[in-house]
Amino acid sequence: MIEIGLGHYLTLGAVIFSIGVIGIFLNRKNIIVILMSIELILLAVNINLVSFSIYLGDLSGQVFTLFILTVAAAEAAIGLAIIVVYYRNSGTIRVEDIDNLKG
Amino acid sequence: MIAHALFFYFFSIIAVISAIMVTASKNTVHSVFFLILDFISISCLFIMIGAEFLGMIMLIVYVGAVAVLFLFVVMMLNVAQQKNQWFLSKSSSSHIPIGLIISAIIFFELIIVVGGWKYKPDLVNPINLSLTNEISNTHSLGQVLYTDYIHIFQISGMILLIAMIGAIVLTFRQREGVKKQSYLKQISRERSEGVDVIDVPSNKGIKIDD
Repeated sequence: MIEIGLGHYLTLGAVIFSIGVIGIFLNRKNIIVILMSIELILLAVNINLVSFSIYLGDLSGQVFTLFILTVAAAEAAIGLAIIVVYYRNSGTIRVEDIDNLKG
Repeated sequence: MIAHALFFYFFSIIAVISAIMVTASKNTVHSVFFLILDFISISCLFIMIGAEFLGMIMLIVYVGAVAVLFLFVVMMLNVAQQKNQWFLSKSSSSHIPIGLIISAIIFFELIIVVGGWKYKPDLVNPINLSLTNEISNTHSLGQVLYTDYIHIFQISGMILLIAMIGAIVLTFRQREGVKKQSYLKQISRERSEGVDVIDVPSNKGIKIDD
């Protein structure tokens, strides 16, 4: 317990990843919370990459974390733009009301 | 070592609790706040284990840009007060058990992977790009980022550019009745359209309005 190793960080990443997946499945509010859950999942991936990079002594994990950060920022911008356009057109972003594809 | 453990448990417990609150809180604005708390605690963890540059970049990019963007959109769309209806609506009740089961399966799979790593630590032998303590984390990242990873770096710049263009194109809308500058019209104006040289006879004046 006292000795913090790689396993602790990976477990933290796994917990946050699972919370993100739960957030996607259980969300009944609006799409913005689903986007936030995706951000949580990407954060968990970043935790994994950074902890592996530190414990293996290999820098490339941190470099890829940087690129994941870039992609996450781009994804957030595009997703929020799509949500804004959808809200402007249909007046709602509740998950239950978005059923045009009969999913 | 005890300090390390204390800091790890402190920040990770805050991170897990705030991640739960992101998905569970009733108010979307509160979700964004808990997301910010989550990012901050994880970046503290990053700084603690020696990835200072990434911790700072996470503070700047996530808290400074992405979370503020979320907050902006939540407030702009006026959806903050929509109530959370996990167990009230009829269509959601079928999703909840399946979602919980799938998430639990994913979690245990990840835990199994971690356990396998623990018992077989020589599964991967790292070769290149070793971390040294002589130069700082930022310095060493900069050394590989602009040399070995220069193409990926530029491609990520292109991704950001495309995201920016896409966001602008998606949310741009043409409004009616708004006066605008027309640059083409301005710069293609000739002297002959704008200026007229008129010979004014003395003591008579001239009418220019018609």
